[in-house]
Amino acid sequence: MKPLNEVKLTFLSRSANEGFARTAAACFAAQLDPTLEEVNDVKTAVSEAVTNAIVHAYPDVLGTITMRLRILEGRTLEVVVKDTGLGIPDVFRARQPLFTTGGEDRSGMGFTIMESFMDSLKVRSTPGKGTTVTLRRRFSPRLGA
Amino acid sequence: MPLTCLEEGSTLTARLSGEVDHHAARSLMGQLAGRVETALPMELTLDMEGVTFMDSSGIALVLRLWRQMAQLGGRLCLRNIPRQAEKVLKAAGVDKLVPW
Repeated sequence: MKPLNEVKLTFLSRSANEGFARTAAACFAAQLDPTLEEVNDVKTAVSEAVTNAIVHAYPDVLGTITMRLRILEGRTLEVVVKDTGLGIPDVFRARQPLFTTGGEDRSGMGFTIMESFMDSLKVRSTPGKGTTVTLRRRFSPRLGA
Repeated sequence: MPLTCLEEGSTLTARLSGEVDHHAARSLMGQLAGRVETALPMELTLDMEGVTFMDSSGIALVLRLWRQMAQLGGRLCLRNIPRQAEKVLKAAGVDKLVPW
């Protein structure tokens, strides 16, 4: 599917970049004139995806995270968060609510939140090579648009 | 993540503000757990009026404080939860454990 618009951002896996990533996604999504709730949903899902990469892909080293944002036909935003870190040995298990390898600091609800707040979630991962998370959200039609 | 606490009798009220994400949560968790250990309240109230964003790191924070208060025989309450944070907490079913 050919995008109507696209940006790609690359940043280090520092936790300070979590806020940067979700704010950048919200700014890019603003061209679709989403509601406040839709923007907040996107920010929340992006925060989860980027935090997962920071915490689980690069637990002991600084790595690189790439976030690609695309506007697709039908008022649809696509967010792809990609790392080249440790990868996930069992994606099905990792997507179960409350599953975490992150200890008491993590709730194990990251993928559940992404699924709840977006229309679709795809996770592709290869141990030792990295993980790619693809999120899509179709925004509601706007009156007069 | 600024945190202000007020102790009144057996109630400790903690006012959170700013963004509760992974970046902020660890420091916040340490501060809050320390205040609870010192005050040993029967009720801990988290006033979230000033929270501008929260993700699942906030769920972990709330659940850890809920467990800590249960160990003390006390309880945790949440107050003034902004809409975005409430949606995150409800998605995790926290509303079934912690009253607000």
